[in-house]
Amino acid sequence: MQKSTLLFLLVLLSAAAYFIGRRRSLQVAGGTVRSLHSLPNYYGYFAALWCGIPALLVLFLWTAFENSIVIQLVVSALPEELSSVSPDRLGLLINDIRNVASGVVASETDPAIEAAANHYLELKEMSNRLLSLLAISVAITGAAYARQRISKEHRARNHVEKSVTIFLIACSTIAIFTTIGILLSVLFESIRFFQEVPITEFLFGLDWSPQMAIREDQVGSSGAFGAVPLFVGTLLISLIAMFVAVPIGLLSAIYLSEYAGSRFRATAKPLLEILAGIPTVVYGFFAALVVAPFVRDLGGRLGLDVSSESALAAGLVMGIMIIPFVSSLSDDFINAVPQSLRDGAYALGATQSETIRQVIIPAALPGIVGGILLAVSRAIGETMIVVMAAGLTANLTANPLAAVTTVTTQIVTLLVGDQEFDSPKTLAAFALGLVLFLATLALNIVALHVVRKYREQYE
Amino acid sequence: MNEISDVSGQYSRRTIDIVHASLVKRRRAEKRFQLYGLVSIVLGLCFLVILFGSIISKGYTAFQQTFIGLDIYFDPQLIDPEGRRDPNTLMEGNYDRLLKNAMSSLFPDVKERRAKRSLYGLVSVGASFDLRAQVLARPDLVGSTGRVWVLADDDVDMFVKGQLERTGVEADRRIKDNQIAWIDKLEAESRIKKSLNTAFFASGDSREPELAGIWGAVMGSLFTLLVTLGLSLPIGMAAAIYLEEFAPRNRWTDFIEVNINNLAAVPSIVFGLLGLAVFINFFGLPRSSPLVGGLVLTLMTLPVIIIAGRSALKAVPPSVREAALGVGASPMQTVFHHVLPLAVPGMMTGAIIGMARALGESAPLLMIGMVAFIVDVPGSIMEPSTVLPVQIFLWADSPERGFVERTSAAIMVLLLFLIFMNGLAVYIRRRFERRW
Repeated sequence: MQKSTLLFLLVLLSAAAYFIGRRRSLQVAGGTVRSLHSLPNYYGYFAALWCGIPALLVLFLWTAFENSIVIQLVVSALPEELSSVSPDRLGLLINDIRNVASGVVASETDPAIEAAANHYLELKEMSNRLLSLLAISVAITGAAYARQRISKEHRARNHVEKSVTIFLIACSTIAIFTTIGILLSVLFESIRFFQEVPITEFLFGLDWSPQMAIREDQVGSSGAFGAVPLFVGTLLISLIAMFVAVPIGLLSAIYLSEYAGSRFRATAKPLLEILAGIPTVVYGFFAALVVAPFVRDLGGRLGLDVSSESALAAGLVMGIMIIPFVSSLSDDFINAVPQSLRDGAYALGATQSETIRQVIIPAALPGIVGGILLAVSRAIGETMIVVMAAGLTANLTANPLAAVTTVTTQIVTLLVGDQEFDSPKTLAAFALGLVLFLATLALNIVALHVVRKYREQYE
Repeated sequence: MNEISDVSGQYSRRTIDIVHASLVKRRRAEKRFQLYGLVSIVLGLCFLVILFGSIISKGYTAFQQTFIGLDIYFDPQLIDPEGRRDPNTLMEGNYDRLLKNAMSSLFPDVKERRAKRSLYGLVSVGASFDLRAQVLARPDLVGSTGRVWVLADDDVDMFVKGQLERTGVEADRRIKDNQIAWIDKLEAESRIKKSLNTAFFASGDSREPELAGIWGAVMGSLFTLLVTLGLSLPIGMAAAIYLEEFAPRNRWTDFIEVNINNLAAVPSIVFGLLGLAVFINFFGLPRSSPLVGGLVLTLMTLPVIIIAGRSALKAVPPSVREAALGVGASPMQTVFHHVLPLAVPGMMTGAIIGMARALGESAPLLMIGMVAFIVDVPGSIMEPSTVLPVQIFLWADSPERGFVERTSAAIMVLLLFLIFMNGLAVYIRRRFERRW
């Protein structure tokens, strides 16, 4: 039986258990529902839970361990000369067996492998059958047990609510597991990377060329993993983005919250916020196709040598993307400045712009800075724009007209395509991911701290 | 005396005159400042207009496709030598030859081999499959002659749409002088027409721009979003309910909250690394599948849904809860029977906005192998597939001129979906918004 069919069957069984449990409770009550501890529905849920959850657990655990056990059995049944090879070769062999079993490779296979593939299929079939039998019997036993438990005094509602609470708690902890998962996944691979490349070289080295040799004698065979050019490139592009986004975003926020009439505000604000909802891949396309050639032509006309994938183009477009982010955050903080401060400044004879520049902005500054920090962290983590519009060659330069590469670009280039998971080349991507995660995390924590601390002042 | 009056005169002049003199300057500064604000808003809106303008102007032509009208003689010798109209034989017929014959008969003076090859190149490589499909659908065509509109090659398509240069150094041009002459002749005989590009909407990816479509990517996006919605909506709602309604205020729940807020700010590509390391390498789920894509996007959108769900629950007034508790409902019944139904519209808007973000996301999907070149339209969440934004990324990288307009057109489709989703969120918010 297919697993999806089995799952469907289990759902059906649980539904049946619901009706059985409900009917049973009415029987027990003898027509007077009031004599039951809980409403009849709860007895139904109780039975359904007993029917479904243990069986689903069995299904889940079985699926988790099935593959490795079956592979173990197949390998142990292999003839001696096949199974006594190095772990790498064994992995390839297992892959072959799987491919043959799923019918991918049809031509010229080793009879031993074919036999192993058949064995694999047989075991799979048997395991599936066993699983179906086990899961269904567990479901039925559970339902029967629940049915037998039902009585007038049975506190079904409390049991059901308890399980629902457990489910709710489990759901809310997923965020924690995700964080742990992120940390562990990048940390483990990074540690493996740092065993091959010293961490000091990674953090302070000035050379980045992550090519690994296919043959020993290849030219330029040893990769260089000094990430400083990537950090510099990332910072350069983020800086350009901030030069675009901060003035435009801040000034538009000031205009929208202080000068604009309510009609103008009601149209301009959502229009600006559309910029935030556009997928980043669209910005990347725009940067590569419209902005980069424009910057290059403009530079050419001015007699400057602009590379076709300049940091400037990527930074400009990233800045456009971040404008609404800066403007809506600043808008919040400017609006949060109490009117009494404005009135005080006007009473001293200040004009509106003087009030804004000398009273409102200083008052809102911590919040605005927090917002800008959040925007910086977004710029550092932004991927698609730089992948499509920034260069690939690591270039240690502060010249915005040159092509630079960034941390996220390198992660993508290192991990897209064929990969093996024990070469420093792919592991380097995880080390970069760790740096990216920690850097943005630190920025976010500082920013959130500043924002939260400031927000409370006027409330 | 004179001196004193002078001094006092200076004094009295000073205050008012300084104010008067500076007032002009200050008013000007005021105007200038106001102008800066207006200019930056206009600038922001200009970017928006340029962005949309450039994409629409580049992409609208992709919705039309050039066809060449050829008088095809369905030669029985080539496609049905036995004359039995047997589908198996018809499958193996030489339809390419039919096209070549038709082209040759139109231009009988083309004799040289190179010239012949570039003449045949005017027709798309997909045209012969089209012919085969037509013959298989109507076997009685065999032996007849008829005007058939076949797909033109992407260079011809681009040329007819005016996106390739007619003049300039011939060696640099995708389309050569003799081809231009042929196309002009075809046009003069009105054998060239443009009609709706159905392939763009109906087929999967292809190396040939004229055959490439977005249907595979749309289905991939759909499956991915289904997985994301199916997981993130219940989990996000449950987490929001627990944190807002049941959780005690202690370190543990604070820790959960900090985690959720941090996750909302983690760069999306890091989620891709997580998906690669955990779902693909550790659990061994199939690469490039909407299942893994959906799982990764679920983890990404969960914070959005949880945060929106909590504010929706917070907006339900305590009196509702107190009333329910007052008539003897348990806390669980209170939440599920009374509070939740009132909060659902707010939760839905949060979920739709989260889904819209997931639909446009591409960076983490590159990490889990959804960038593979996949021609087939996926049929389930386990099959390899790509999604719309990644398809855009792939096409944006292609050197063929024809992919530029297709990329822009795919972007238009993606933006259309996004506008629809955001519009739906706004509608739900307006329709079900309740003031207490």
